[in-house]
Amino acid sequence: MSAAVVTRGLGKRYRSTWALRDCDLVLPAGAVVALVGPNGAGKTTLLQLLAGLQQPSAGSVSLFGLSAPAGSAQALGELGYVAQDHPVYRRFRVSELLHLGRSLNPAWDQDLAERRIDELGIPLRQRTGRLSGGQQAQVALALALAKRPRLLILDEPVASLDPLARREFLQVLMATVADEGLTVLLSSHNVAELERVCDHLVVVAGGRVQLAGDVDSLLDEHRVLTGPGAGVPDGPGVIHVDQADRHAHVVARIGGAEPMPGWSARPIGLEELVLAYLRRAREPRPVTSELELSA
Amino acid sequence: MFVFQLDSTSGVPPYLQLVHQVRQAITVGYLREGDRLPLIREAVEQLAINPNTVSKAYRQLEHEGLVDPRPGVGTFVARAPEVTVSPAQYAKLRRGLERWLREAADAGLDDDAVGALLAIVRRDLAEEGAA
Repeated sequence: MSAAVVTRGLGKRYRSTWALRDCDLVLPAGAVVALVGPNGAGKTTLLQLLAGLQQPSAGSVSLFGLSAPAGSAQALGELGYVAQDHPVYRRFRVSELLHLGRSLNPAWDQDLAERRIDELGIPLRQRTGRLSGGQQAQVALALALAKRPRLLILDEPVASLDPLARREFLQVLMATVADEGLTVLLSSHNVAELERVCDHLVVVAGGRVQLAGDVDSLLDEHRVLTGPGAGVPDGPGVIHVDQADRHAHVVARIGGAEPMPGWSARPIGLEELVLAYLRRAREPRPVTSELELSA
Repeated sequence: MFVFQLDSTSGVPPYLQLVHQVRQAITVGYLREGDRLPLIREAVEQLAINPNTVSKAYRQLEHEGLVDPRPGVGTFVARAPEVTVSPAQYAKLRRGLERWLREAADAGLDDDAVGALLAIVRRDLAEEGAA
């Protein structure tokens, strides 16, 4: 599978603080990628670097193998970007927004945009400021899709929506993926709601990528181990330890290996997996001896 | 038409949930030979789910020989098992198993011990020629 996005050593510094550092990512074309992490983790910075809305302080971004940098006309032609809270010009009518989109984008598909707005039952003459939050989100999505992008970037697309609008938004988004096979990168701090839509995961915390990969493979490789509190394993495969008096739960990346004798292993859920990495990022443990995790 | 459901609290990956539902529906006869599964696009709209997840589930079902993809037409149930269990009977068996598993848990058997016991009993039954 070819790559939609490749970043190498990507970083962004604001004055003396790195908002994002040493970011090496390969996102396969056709994937739906969830970018998750706490607020302030660097998610928006990463998305803006990919979209060329900010210039990197270090490293590089390549979209679809293009040599043109992020933010160049060629790279911009490949992507649609919906910023947080899907801003639309509130005093514009929907039809005026479409006119703006058509004037600014060479590959604009006016039929597609009008058909989508029509299917949503949104009147073209309506001023966008008077639409519901869910409708504004849908209009912003329709505008981004009418560009015919190969990569769609959405920053917290559903955070401000009610559950029904959220579901409707994701339905339209997933149907588009089914129809056109575009690559989607969306950020969120709510993992549970992304489980059904994403097949790829990137966890960011503290300005660094903590985990990235295909969701099903990541779930296969990780287990929750439960065993005696003494002799809790340590090493690079141990992601997080919950220590009780007489036993411990350990989230570990054990690949296909069997757990150590005396320990039981159970599959891990996506939310648990993300939490384990976020907690590890918050409480960095000193690197100690690399004991073998598996028997 | 068959309708999928997803339980986002179960911790079971969505594609496996789809696989389980089709398997179970075939077992109890809700799905019969020749029935068409929802098109990927239909399942996607129904569940707001990633199309890759649906195709992955369908590939797995095809691999298990339960469904046949016919390109451009859809995915069809390949064959029903020889003996289908009625939904009522299925529910009864399931209740019995739940009761038994609870007893086993109360007695202190963990998953491994239950699995081991099941394997032993099956082997013994097979030797008697009863299974």
